[in-house]
Amino acid sequence: MSVSLQQHLQRCRKVVYDMNFTYVDAWRQQHPQGKVVGCFPVYIPREVIHAAGMLPVGIYGGGLEIEIDRADARVQSFICSISRSTLELGMSHYLKNFDAMYFTSVCDVARNLSGVWERNFPSVLVEYIHFPQNMESKSSVPYYSGEMRGLCQNLERIGNVTITDEQLRHSIQVYNENRALHRQLTTFKQENPGKLDASELYLLQRAGACLPVEEHTAMLREVLDELPRREGKRRDRIRVVLEGAFCEQPPLELIEIIEEAGCDIVASDFALGLMWFLEDVPVQGNPLENLARSYLTQSDYSSVRHYGLKRRDYSLVEKVRRVKADGVLFCIAKFCEPALIDYVTHKNTLEREGIPLVNFEFEEKMGVFENIRMQVETFAESILLFA
Amino acid sequence: MEQKPTLKYKNLAMNTQRDLLATWYGKLATAEETKLPIAYMLVPGSVSELVRLMGFEIVFPEINALQCGMKKTAGKMILKAEDLGYSSDVCGYVKNEVGLFLTDRESPTGKLPAPDLLVCNYVGCTTFVKWFEALASYYEVPLFMLDAPYIRGDGITLHQRDYFVQQLRDLADLCGSISGAKYDEDKLKEMLRYSKEAEDLWVKILHSAKHVPTPIDSYFEAVFFMSPVFLMRGMPETVEFYKNAWLEVEERMQLGIGPLPEEKVRAVIEGPPAWPHFRAFWDLFKKWGVVSVASTYSKVGGLFDLGFRHDPDHPLESIAEYCMGCYTNISLPKRAKLLKQYLEEYSADCLVIHSVKSCRSFSMGQADMREYFMHEVNVPTLQIESDLADPRYFQRAQLMNRIDAFFESLEHRRLTAV
Ligand code: SF4
Ligand code: SF4
Repeated sequence: MSVSLQQHLQRCRKVVYDMNFTYVDAWRQQHPQGKVVGCFPVYIPREVIHAAGMLPVGIYGGGLEIEIDRADARVQSFICSISRSTLELGMSHYLKNFDAMYFTSVCDVARNLSGVWERNFPSVLVEYIHFPQNMESKSSVPYYSGEMRGLCQNLERIGNVTITDEQLRHSIQVYNENRALHRQLTTFKQENPGKLDASELYLLQRAGACLPVEEHTAMLREVLDELPRREGKRRDRIRVVLEGAFCEQPPLELIEIIEEAGCDIVASDFALGLMWFLEDVPVQGNPLENLARSYLTQSDYSSVRHYGLKRRDYSLVEKVRRVKADGVLFCIAKFCEPALIDYVTHKNTLEREGIPLVNFEFEEKMGVFENIRMQVETFAESILLFA
Repeated sequence: MEQKPTLKYKNLAMNTQRDLLATWYGKLATAEETKLPIAYMLVPGSVSELVRLMGFEIVFPEINALQCGMKKTAGKMILKAEDLGYSSDVCGYVKNEVGLFLTDRESPTGKLPAPDLLVCNYVGCTTFVKWFEALASYYEVPLFMLDAPYIRGDGITLHQRDYFVQQLRDLADLCGSISGAKYDEDKLKEMLRYSKEAEDLWVKILHSAKHVPTPIDSYFEAVFFMSPVFLMRGMPETVEFYKNAWLEVEERMQLGIGPLPEEKVRAVIEGPPAWPHFRAFWDLFKKWGVVSVASTYSKVGGLFDLGFRHDPDHPLESIAEYCMGCYTNISLPKRAKLLKQYLEEYSADCLVIHSVKSCRSFSMGQADMREYFMHEVNVPTLQIESDLADPRYFQRAQLMNRIDAFFESLEHRRLTAV
């Protein structure tokens, strides 16, 4: 019997905010020899973990769900909350059933957090993936596939498994399917904003960081089947692209408030790491080289990687035009330097293109949203007035 | 009355460096007239030999920020950048350079030339990437991303080294297409011979601090001594500077003279200095007879004291190894291991961690380091906070309280131990 959309949403909300990771325990019961790999944002080549028969789980900090007790002494006040709450998850044993933690070259905070993790949790396999920032060199594919081979070797060691090319190709296929469904869901929101709230889309997509990918794919298929039949709500809203929330996540309430304040979020970077590629990764041929080549040529634009030949701000303008957005909301995590530096370049370009924008900062633990609500309401009204 | 010994080589290093810098700034000042191609590049892992070989002169935006900090113009530059929309939480170095762009590059050292090429040697700081992307949007010149993989394990893997070496070839091609210069490997080897010689002498100066008393302050004075080997390797003039510097340091060592009248506390210092308040910051330590015997900031441009030297016989491979081995590009556990080694080898009494708000590359993880050194290694450790670029974040009274309390307690501990 199929599960209704509402039931799916309830399940998604439960897993996304479950800091006890009970769904991880459930997976372990079904896979007694299985290993669990925590994945700090933004993008992780989950195919590699999946091919090892292991479960990749997105770690997005503790949000509103945990108190910071031990991590405050280890992370200074001028550093983002997600790094502090993620360390708290580790130090307060929420991640006791995790066998490995993956960090990547999104920023210096994430990079150094991997070092703090190594020192404080010596029994956990800690990986730091330095993605290629030179997107043009002919040595970039061999470099990055070499790095992924290193990841495979370490997973083989801790899992006592062998990762074959066949398994990797299969995993690529599985994740291609999942990403395609993410894209379909995003397109549905763009074309039918009244039928799917941004907060609902958020939960459906974020759950993909928690659940086994096959389970998430099956859920998305059911959801996409039901959605067209849903009653759409007619609302007087502007269409916006939301930028800057690709790592530390805002409270769900903030996403709800943005839409209530008059903005349909028709594109955002909340689920950037789970979608990442613009096209399918090729399945035939050398799988690690395919993943590497896709990273270099098919990655969506992001503040956490160099843009190569095409500037990021131009990609943002293209996106705004493509999704027929009326403006851009910069929703940036406090102290998030990659987003804060890019904001100015983006702002300059958007202003030159005549695209309205507004910016505000958030923290994962915030509980008061009045100022942001007023800002967004004013922004939406000003655009509706001149429309 | 005891006579102060006469120092034959006093100020020799300072005078030589002044000439070295004057020549460099002179080239920059006339670059537009002489049509000298200009590359902007970063200090850690700077591939200055290669870029100069390929016909460019170099501007280092971090040095601009340092100069603006010390000459008290950084505050103004940073505010201009913030008016443009940069957050107070963005690195002060980045904002200082944006401020210079907005004020037509009028720096305290003279008007600086605009870049013809931006070489982002991404060695250990991701902010470098964001910074140079921003500069590319302002200057609209080519941006080359020279990507150095971050080093965590025991060494550099073959695929990491090959990745970097290929990028060096790509960079040489790009430079040549702008300047018209040809890649001359024999000339590069000659430059690297000079680099190696300078590095040998620089390490002698660093190691002199093992002497009791140390002839140099390895933090507050090292920032002066380190400039040529970080910015101007590959030149005979730089070797001359270090020969002179070594004469001066060796003389001090032989006469038992140090930077302070009396060396009371030997400290290892981690983290960048507070450039806008450099003297005031130093005074807080001088008051307690604290000299630095080793520092990590003096290794941002290369960990030469651990044995690395540029190798003329393998030019591009050794440049690759140099870049990936800089302090900012090694993992936190490796950094902690190095600090521990310094504490032992330089007979240090304590560790001082200067955490700077701008720089998460340095600062993230320092609080964890403090816990480690205090509770596991049992070394008296002081952590203080200010900034390396923004003058607003230097709270003298607060810093003084923390520094005084720490060294007073250290003094007390020593007295009671006796
Ligand atoms: S929120 Fe920003 S600064 Fe913090 S870890 Fe994520 S990318 Fe880095
Ligand atoms: S973050 Fe630190 S290393 Fe990076 S540019 Fe700023 S001061 Fe330099």
